Amino acid sequence: MADLTTEFLGIKSPNPFWLASAPPTDKEYNVRRAFEAGWGGVVWKTLGEDGPPVVNVNGPRYGVVYGADRRVLGINNIELITDRDLYTNLEEIKRVKADYPDRAVIVSIMVPCEEQAWKTILPLVEDTGADGIELNFGCPHGMSERGMGAAVGQVPEYIEMVTKWCKQYYSKPVIVKLTPNITDIRKPAAAAMRGGADAVSLINTLNSITSVNLDTMSPEPSIDGKGTHGGYCGPAVKPIAMSMVSEIARNPETHGLPISGIGGITTWRDAAEYITLGCGNVQVCTAAMTYGFKVVQEMISGLSQWMDEKGYTSIQDFKGAAVPNTTDWQYLNLNYVAKAKIDQDACISCGRCYAACEDTSHQAIAMSPDRKFSVIDEECVACNLCVDVCPVENCISMVALKPGTVDPRTGKVVEAEYANWTTHPNNPAASAAE
Amino acid sequence: MNSPHTPGIVANRLDAETLAQNFADLHAPLTTHEAAVAADRCYFCHDAPCITACPTDIDIPLFIRQISTGTPEAAAKTIFEQNILGGMCARVCPTEDLCEQACVRELAEGKPVEIGRLQRYATDTLINKGGMPFARAAPTGKTVAVVGAGPAGLSCAHRLSMLGHDVTIFDSNQKPGGLNEYGIAAYKSTDDFAAKEIAWLCSIGGITIETGKALGAELSLDGLADAYDAVFLGVGLGGVNALSVEGAEKAVVADAVSLIKELRQTDDLASLPVGRNVLVIGGGMTAVDAAVQSKLLGAETVTIAYRRGREAMSASRYEQDLAATNGVKLMFNVMPKAIHGNGATAEIELEYTATKDGKLQGTGETVRLPADQIFRAIGQSLTMDAGLSLEGGKIAVTGAGRTSRSGVWAGGDCAAGGDDLTVTAVAEGRDAAMDIHATLMEGA
Ligand SMILES: Cc1cc2nc3c(=O)[nH]c(=O)nc-3n(C[C@H](O)[C@H](O)[C@H](O)COP(=O)(O)OP(=O)(O)OC[C@H]3O[C@@H](n4cnc5c(N)ncnc54)[C@H](O)[C@@H]3O)c2cc1C
Ligand SMILES: Cc1cc2nc3c(=O)[nH]c(=O)nc-3n(C[C@H](O)[C@H](O)[C@H](O)COP(=O)(O)O)c2cc1C
Ligand code: SF4
Repeated sequence: MADLTTEFLGIKSPNPFWLASAPPTDKEYNVRRAFEAGWGGVVWKTLGEDGPPVVNVNGPRYGVVYGADRRVLGINNIELITDRDLYTNLEEIKRVKADYPDRAVIVSIMVPCEEQAWKTILPLVEDTGADGIELNFGCPHGMSERGMGAAVGQVPEYIEMVTKWCKQYYSKPVIVKLTPNITDIRKPAAAAMRGGADAVSLINTLNSITSVNLDTMSPEPSIDGKGTHGGYCGPAVKPIAMSMVSEIARNPETHGLPISGIGGITTWRDAAEYITLGCGNVQVCTAAMTYGFKVVQEMISGLSQWMDEKGYTSIQDFKGAAVPNTTDWQYLNLNYVAKAKIDQDACISCGRCYAACEDTSHQAIAMSPDRKFSVIDEECVACNLCVDVCPVENCISMVALKPGTVDPRTGKVVEAEYANWTTHPNNPAASAAE
Repeated sequence: MNSPHTPGIVANRLDAETLAQNFADLHAPLTTHEAAVAADRCYFCHDAPCITACPTDIDIPLFIRQISTGTPEAAAKTIFEQNILGGMCARVCPTEDLCEQACVRELAEGKPVEIGRLQRYATDTLINKGGMPFARAAPTGKTVAVVGAGPAGLSCAHRLSMLGHDVTIFDSNQKPGGLNEYGIAAYKSTDDFAAKEIAWLCSIGGITIETGKALGAELSLDGLADAYDAVFLGVGLGGVNALSVEGAEKAVVADAVSLIKELRQTDDLASLPVGRNVLVIGGGMTAVDAAVQSKLLGAETVTIAYRRGREAMSASRYEQDLAATNGVKLMFNVMPKAIHGNGATAEIELEYTATKDGKLQGTGETVRLPADQIFRAIGQSLTMDAGLSLEGGKIAVTGAGRTSRSGVWAGGDCAAGGDDLTVTAVAEGRDAAMDIHATLMEGA
């Protein structure tokens, strides 16, 4: 069986699955149960300054988006950082780490953007024996209005400054957790790197309103008739998070900066995808909150089975494997020509492909009076929409035209050579191919 | 060519094509897409009631999740960790009384997750690939004799081999498998699955099977106890309870298990003779299997006569419905009184029953039905005791199958306690193996 042992920033864990900083990691009781269930590490629920504890709402904190059958697709929350006493948390962290030396324990921190605040808390955290810290520059609600969380994460200069303080007053690895509520994720990542961060982790939650109650006219979750935007997470955010991860992995400025991937990871496959995009490990919150800690068992068995099938013996073997294949649109091969093809034996004649293509695409599917559907190669632009809406897997496939054949739509011969937009004759800025 | 109307017990009532259709897989295997849709319905319940309801405690939510994420092989491993005959159990377990009965969706919608079929999807995937997900531990140098190659014996042997012991299985029959091979209804175990499963199970190594060797004939318990470090008995219930009514000795009367055995062993179903008007006496799975299969062979009428009410029948409601949809008539509260005549014109006289003062009694009212073939399915019994203490006609056991003789364990149908089900036999065989292992390794 494949070895899932992961070394991230020199921190070893028996597998790459860490619990993200959130309610699952808010106290010793939870974390011990998580470790017993098999989680490789935890990022402890974000600690704040010493003083009167943070106050949470006393009504619902979550809004949810369901699929059919009430499958949780996305959750948003208006919870703040830990509302438990700082010293209680620190004592618990120390105890847990001592009892689970083989698991990763990272402490998430969010204190005001003042050097003294960091200088005060870091030695206390150092004393717990935890393996590293994560700077929560991501929380999009409540704390950001107090000049913390996303309010820092949206200003690269602040990120750099705070990261420097942390590197100065703390001896172990510093992970900077990024907010996705920003236009260009490469900027805060680069700032973290300049500040000396050992890694970035992303994403924290996305600003969101999951639903509006049409009777009370209040956004959900509704606290006594009023709601606010919350942070969105869960399977729905994975595509957004993966794109951001890939941007950082590809950016020459931050290339090679270790990344801990977060956002919607629910199965082994999600985790594998993040790792191929350059992540050294992954963090999970919503999947654990939806299904309980045991969900990690599937992640472990699935990832190791897939690695065995592929002949990978360690996470390193495929880490970043998809990064070289992630490129800008302008570099995609415009000489690659495909056509949709419908397998008549597999077709169940629902007509969804027809509706999609006829109404919203290129009128490239013909429908016979006896409900046979076939692709008109003269019209098909290979957009793939018919494949996406077809309820039968592998019924419609995209078949590449062989070089030398004529594309009936354009009348042009398919070229074997790669050619992209940068050299395309229609591109006013095209430069001649060298 | 005969027809269902031909009088007496005759072969060739139906043509080969109809027979092949009749005896095809009761539940066709799920395709990958169907499995994904079925798996999607599982809620991944906490401390799931289905696990508790499974006699082998398979982690059902986990294996279903592993199916959903495209790793049926991992799912199969989850199943086999608890139940090495998970493939057969997926086909024969009365899931409607076990895991699926406990499914929270049964409570919510009356439609449980199809656990049995999903289990089959996962186990078939791995067995067809030929992978054995377990390796043997370092050899212990200990040897164990297992008597009986039914589910109890096989499960015990596999676990012992996994733990590093060398196992010899002795079975009096020609083929190993016990009732998996000779008893389970033909449409539940098609394509010689029992034999395939045994070949796969034994691929772990360390298990030798010797057929045609019976305890009480070629073998003695003293001899085995001398030659091996431990003995496990999984001999099942080979005897058939006799019918004590007037005419019970007549040629129209036969054992249901014999018919079932012939059905499983023949390569030509058309050649099996069956009556025109078949009557099965009993209320368990054997009765249902004999009745349904008689009907599928082409009998014109088939009736199950059970002496108590429907709710007391040990065949599940699902099995009862299966019988009914196949055209079998279920009669409750009737008991055999006499068999009149013989051959094609034989009749059975049944007396209605009622419970009076807590006792089942005949009411005096009777009914006569044409019955040119009558099957006894009123229970099986232990054929040998090898000098061990018995309890209720079965080998008495304490803990994980310890018999009255030290060094000798028993499990499955032959041991007291537990339902007479394949899955229970597997659980008992496995647990006895763990106890044998603990005992043999004591102080090691
Ligand atoms: C007709 C029928 C249908 C059934 N259908 C179902 C079903 O659908 N689902 C379900 O869960 N259960 C079903 N059962 C019950 C199930 O088959 C049994 O509970 C299960 O097979 C018991 O396993 P076992 O290993 O204890 O015994 P068996 O399967 O009976 O195996 C015992 C083995 O021991 C051997 N043996 C016996 N005596 C000796 C001896 N003296 N020396 C050496 N070997 C010996 C036999 O040859 C046999 O191979 C059915 C039973 C019958 C009879
Ligand atoms: C209720 C809740 C509370 C959270 N609290 C924190 C927090 O205190 N600190 C933090 O860095 N992230 C917090 N997060 C964000 C998660 O750590 C994680 O980044 C996010 O949920 C995306 O991962 P997921 O899709 O696996 O849930 C919280 C998320 C949720 C749902
Ligand atoms: S999960 Fe339910 S019971 Fe538990 S604290 Fe929240 S609202 Fe209360």
